[in-house]
Amino acid sequence: MADQPLIYARGLVKRFGEFTAVNGIDLDVAPGEAFGFLGPNGAGKSSTMRMIGCVSTPTAGELRILGMDAVHDGPRIRARLGVCPQLDNLDPDLTVRENLVTYARYFGLSRAESRRRADELLEFVQLGDRAGGKVEPLSGGMKRRLTIARAMVNDPDLVLLDEPTTGLDPQARHLLWERLFRLKQRGTTLVLTTHYMDEAEQLCDRLVVMDGGRIVAEGSPRSLIETYSTAEVVELRFPGMPEVGPRYAAALEGVGKRVDPLPDRVLVYVDDGDAALAEIQRRGLEPTSVLVRRSTLEDVFLHLTGRTLVD
Amino acid sequence: MAVTHGVHPTIAVLERHLTLYRRLWQASVFSSFLLPVLFLLSIGIGVGSYVGRVQGVDYLSWIVPGVLASTAFQIAVGESTFSVLGDFKWVRAYHAMRATPVGPMDMVRGHLLYLVFRVTIAVVAFLVVVVFFGGLHSPWALVTPLVCALLTVSVAAPVTAFAATIDHDSYFSLVFRLVALPSTLFAGVFFPVEQLTPVFRPLAYASPLWHAVELCRAATLGAAPAWPVPAHAAYLLVWAAAGLFLAVRAFRRRLED
Repeated sequence: MADQPLIYARGLVKRFGEFTAVNGIDLDVAPGEAFGFLGPNGAGKSSTMRMIGCVSTPTAGELRILGMDAVHDGPRIRARLGVCPQLDNLDPDLTVRENLVTYARYFGLSRAESRRRADELLEFVQLGDRAGGKVEPLSGGMKRRLTIARAMVNDPDLVLLDEPTTGLDPQARHLLWERLFRLKQRGTTLVLTTHYMDEAEQLCDRLVVMDGGRIVAEGSPRSLIETYSTAEVVELRFPGMPEVGPRYAAALEGVGKRVDPLPDRVLVYVDDGDAALAEIQRRGLEPTSVLVRRSTLEDVFLHLTGRTLVD
Repeated sequence: MAVTHGVHPTIAVLERHLTLYRRLWQASVFSSFLLPVLFLLSIGIGVGSYVGRVQGVDYLSWIVPGVLASTAFQIAVGESTFSVLGDFKWVRAYHAMRATPVGPMDMVRGHLLYLVFRVTIAVVAFLVVVVFFGGLHSPWALVTPLVCALLTVSVAAPVTAFAATIDHDSYFSLVFRLVALPSTLFAGVFFPVEQLTPVFRPLAYASPLWHAVELCRAATLGAAPAWPVPAHAAYLLVWAAAGLFLAVRAFRRRLED
């Protein structure tokens, strides 16, 4: 059973009354993988994470975590998980170190072991000098690092991170990514949700895009870009936007694989940016600004889940 | 995997409360330790000098067990309201525990064990003070901490269940005004319930506090309580068991989804 997936889901459904949050998804996450759930708000990412964390019971379908049944073996599974929730739930009146020691005791660790793990993890997340201080004055990034340290306190086989860097400034995000990358290098299986494309590209070996409770695409960041987008994107601005957008979009038809008129610019999805520019010039179109860039997951995401604002 | 099974999850939850108490104990010194003594001085001695003897004993000795049980009652109610709701709503400590092997039963039991600890130190401290006032008349006074512990569970468990069910702290004023305050005033703490109009007496009998006051009074005075001891104890146990059941159910429901 060496190759048994850490997470195995078939036809997983979660309903809240009339509302279907997760509508029949299949998942296989292998040991050592960094796996991501991407999707707009309300896509069903967090509901799926809560079922994987064995704190929410699936309405239907099969869910096995670490080879055990998620419904019946909840406590045994949770003993081997590390969870970093979307909303911080640290104890504000305890010190940084007490937060870790207290949490370690929930897993049945001895007092000495709890203290040893706490000190080791505080070093790992670079909070060693704050160990005796209160949680409340910590910055958002520090709190999140502490929550991640807390999730590691039982040396988990699987770490679940629900939007780990939402609301953090760029420095804090990069430090966090670097720490998570180290965990990944150590062989820890990471499962995360995010709506930051750069985060998904940085951290995930493989990801699924969710929309409306379903999985609409699956693959590595690169393969998703290859499948759902083109190698390059040409961004053009024309005088008189947005009114003239549709007219230019029509004039650009055939230059690339797809044309996407936005209010402020027109995107042309192409395999070769330079060739596309030559063609645009040949057609006598005169954009006020031109940008050729590589396709990103963001293009895939917006293509798959649409541009309409969800909330 | 570093997981060893050294400590029971219930004890781990108790430890969290004790760690917090070590940080925040100053906040409750007045209500837990000084207030009961002030009651003893102002009502026991001050009012007592006008009252004289009640049911054959001096008034101070008569209200000592009442103040004792009502101190336990106040701590049990007070510590099961905002702090329980807060650990769901603001701190989300119970959500943090839910992600670990700790279950709803452990959360409730850990909380109740903590309150038993809080009540025990408060009533023992009060008993020590009372000894110097000559307020204890029987070695049975030694069992009063046990009675107070039972009262704590029988009151804290249902209040905890209530706190885990509601979504807004304004509901607590109902508990304080309609349950806690009338109980303290009319459940035999300061005067015998026989003084109440017969219509209102059943309300005193319904309150767990009255049963604990009767048991404590019997113990400190070395006299028989109003009802047989097993009847008083059984009544408190029923409240404790029902409250525990309701609290665990409320925790489970709140933490699911």
